[in-house]
Amino acid sequence: MIDKIVRGIAEAMAGIADGSTILLGGFGAVGQPDQLIDGLIEQGARDLTIVANNAGTGRTGLARLMELGRVRRIICSFPRSVGSVVFEELYRAGRIELEIVPQGTLAERMRAAGAGIGAFFTPTAYGTLLARGKETREIGGRPQVLEYALGGDVALIEAWQADRWGNLTYRKSGRNFNAVMATAATLTIAQTHHVVDLGALDPEAIVTPGIYVDRVVLVPYGERRA
Amino acid sequence: MDTTTWSRPQMAARLAADIPEGWYVNLGIGIPTMVADHVPLEREVVFQSENGVLGMGPAPPSEQIDPWLINAGKQPITLRQGGAFVHHADSFAMIRGGHLDLCVLGAFEVAQNGDLANWATSENDTAPAIGGAMDLAAGSRRVWVLMEHTTKEGRSKLVRRCSYPLTALGCVRRVYTNLAVLDVTEDGFTVLDLAPGLTRDELAAKTDAPLHFA
Repeated sequence: MIDKIVRGIAEAMAGIADGSTILLGGFGAVGQPDQLIDGLIEQGARDLTIVANNAGTGRTGLARLMELGRVRRIICSFPRSVGSVVFEELYRAGRIELEIVPQGTLAERMRAAGAGIGAFFTPTAYGTLLARGKETREIGGRPQVLEYALGGDVALIEAWQADRWGNLTYRKSGRNFNAVMATAATLTIAQTHHVVDLGALDPEAIVTPGIYVDRVVLVPYGERRA
Repeated sequence: MDTTTWSRPQMAARLAADIPEGWYVNLGIGIPTMVADHVPLEREVVFQSENGVLGMGPAPPSEQIDPWLINAGKQPITLRQGGAFVHHADSFAMIRGGHLDLCVLGAFEVAQNGDLANWATSENDTAPAIGGAMDLAAGSRRVWVLMEHTTKEGRSKLVRRCSYPLTALGCVRRVYTNLAVLDVTEDGFTVLDLAPGLTRDELAAKTDAPLHFA
């Protein structure tokens, strides 16, 4: 019997190695796997590369992980937002590496990794600072930039419903990067607000089929961090 | 005589009046977000938000806010009947695949050749944030810019050549400011509309690029 449901956060986070690349779902606070991030802080892995849209806010969650000196490098599209104080301090002090990637290129690089595509050309960023040093080619009369796939060792994501096979649904705009990241990591760990019986999810409505998911941990809505 | 300038809601309304029913439209953060307030619901324009929302509706009353439903500016929104949710790669496939009729962006500078600078104010900007601007600028069928005509210091944001780092080359088709509406043509900026009471000379004095008049 396949059963990907694990009993707690510690079991969910077991085995994440130092030096890992971690794909972190969410867009701002929405769809962000808060308890898994806290679990990662607890778990202790360091020298991490984090791939996320934003670079954390306040002093909890991702910001806390960075403040503890556990993040060597962050790959994101929008590091600076209201309350991204920890990131800004570390960046000014030269204590964190930053790779800025246009948001669509970030999503597509992960989609490519999940789909076994090594790299692709896109017009996005052509002629800008973010294309500096990158190979370009004119395709279909348009100059384009070569971008490489971006996969992770681990993806931490938030789902709305899950079953024991790891089939997932999401809630509204909480789907965002989660569904893409689920496909792009060696080990995909989902926290979910609901666990339902196998067969209860409408097959037409499953967004992430269980083939992409390795571990599922139940974190009901009420236990969401304020 | 004092000249009148358009207020921000008036600028947004002026732009909104030019969006026909049936267009799929992404609105950038800032003044562009206000455009949606000026498109009546019965004129069916479908607003896309790059965090995976197609068919975005107006902000909900506070007691109806759903923490899982936000726009790209991270404000609470609603979903209209007929709306859909997608993940980020699909959302940017809409954007990068040329499926949006229009994207409205703010800007630091727009050049007379349509170059857009709207994400960083120097090459050494400390941790600039690009978000989806480069994807939107390169991928949308049309890019219209909605911005103040000048900076707070009075410097023209319409320029011969951008001095700030570019977002995309030659992408801007039209500019709506508090003083005028201008098309970007092969000859440069062509003025389509002037704020009431503003003369051509007054506009030219506030614009750091040659102007043509339609």
